[in-house]
Amino acid sequence: MSDQINDSRRSFLSKAAIAGSITIAPGVFLHQTAQAKPDDQAVSSKTRWGMLIDTDKCAKGCTGCVDACNNEHSLTGHGRPETDTQYIRKVSLVEKQTGHEISLPLMCQHCENPPCVDVCPTGASFKREDGIVLVDKHICIGCRYCMMACPYKARSFIHEVIENQTLSAPRGKGTVESCTMCTHRVDKDGIPACVEACTEDDHNAMIFGDLNDPNSEISKELKKHGGKQIRADLQLNTGVRYQGL
Amino acid sequence: MSKRFLRISLIFIGSILLFPAQGMAGTPFPLIHEPEGEGVECVEDEDEMRRNHMNYILHQRDKTMHEGIRTETYSLSKCIDCHVQPNDKGEVPTHENKEHFCVACHQYASVQIDCFECHADRPQKFIKRDSKPQALRQQLQEVLAEKDMGDAQ
Repeated sequence: MSDQINDSRRSFLSKAAIAGSITIAPGVFLHQTAQAKPDDQAVSSKTRWGMLIDTDKCAKGCTGCVDACNNEHSLTGHGRPETDTQYIRKVSLVEKQTGHEISLPLMCQHCENPPCVDVCPTGASFKREDGIVLVDKHICIGCRYCMMACPYKARSFIHEVIENQTLSAPRGKGTVESCTMCTHRVDKDGIPACVEACTEDDHNAMIFGDLNDPNSEISKELKKHGGKQIRADLQLNTGVRYQGL
Repeated sequence: MSKRFLRISLIFIGSILLFPAQGMAGTPFPLIHEPEGEGVECVEDEDEMRRNHMNYILHQRDKTMHEGIRTETYSLSKCIDCHVQPNDKGEVPTHENKEHFCVACHQYASVQIDCFECHADRPQKFIKRDSKPQALRQQLQEVLAEKDMGDAQ
């Protein structure tokens, strides 16, 4: 939080680090990325967590990922879809000319340059070293600037008193929240609940992994088939990418 | 001489004034339920925790939130797991109840705590969840079904 490094300096350092590791010997790296992190070790920018969603595999009408997310974080509704918390939304797009319909889950895109962080007046919106964008609810004053700034409508505001929260998802009235990419699972070497559910349902539309690791499944798939950013024109460099758009 | 007399008399008067206060057995103290079960040693000495528990929790809070450090020694949930236990009637006190470990002292000291606006006030094993996520699921499916109908028309 306090030791933020500006982006240009960071990119210079990371390039320098890559150059350094290349000069030693081809294929030999000084450090390993995307290894299980010990509990007492801080997350680092060597990793950048991301998600790749194949809309062709995403089944129309299936809400497996949304259900898993709601259960994981004990998200409860009040029968008001406009304001009820949703970390993931299922979105259907229809191309008018052909009538071709695609279905996709839309959640916080975990931007490299997140607009929500830019506008936050208190520093509650922040990006972790490993690229996951979060709200520190201890600092959030509930002003909702971030909700206005987010081009993906990814954030929700908690309007009601909440009780019986889960251990992994503390949440309370008067704060903003959004997809956390299941940090509590990821920090323990797990994968997000939505990805797990999608894989269990045998749809395999979602891949989670380290974008910085060229050998991760997600990086290989992105290299092979590519993946689009939603609203790439905003140059946010999202951590969530889509295929088949 | 007169100074000495004054000092002695002041001490005398003072002790008279103080004595009833010392002798009052009814000074209220918060009723704290001791944690039960095995291994009831706290993570630090009792005196240390009484004075500085907030610093431990605050430090851990920022470490977990911002750096993803998930050691459990000083985590709030560990405090809750030991210290919040069912009472004689088998009820687990909520944060609105004076019997709650944290609330007992905080109400006594008149210090407001905000932890439980977001964090669970009971160990997870005592929390029964209703099926509201299911309700949300049904609602979502209804919306999707409606949308499908709309597209078909």
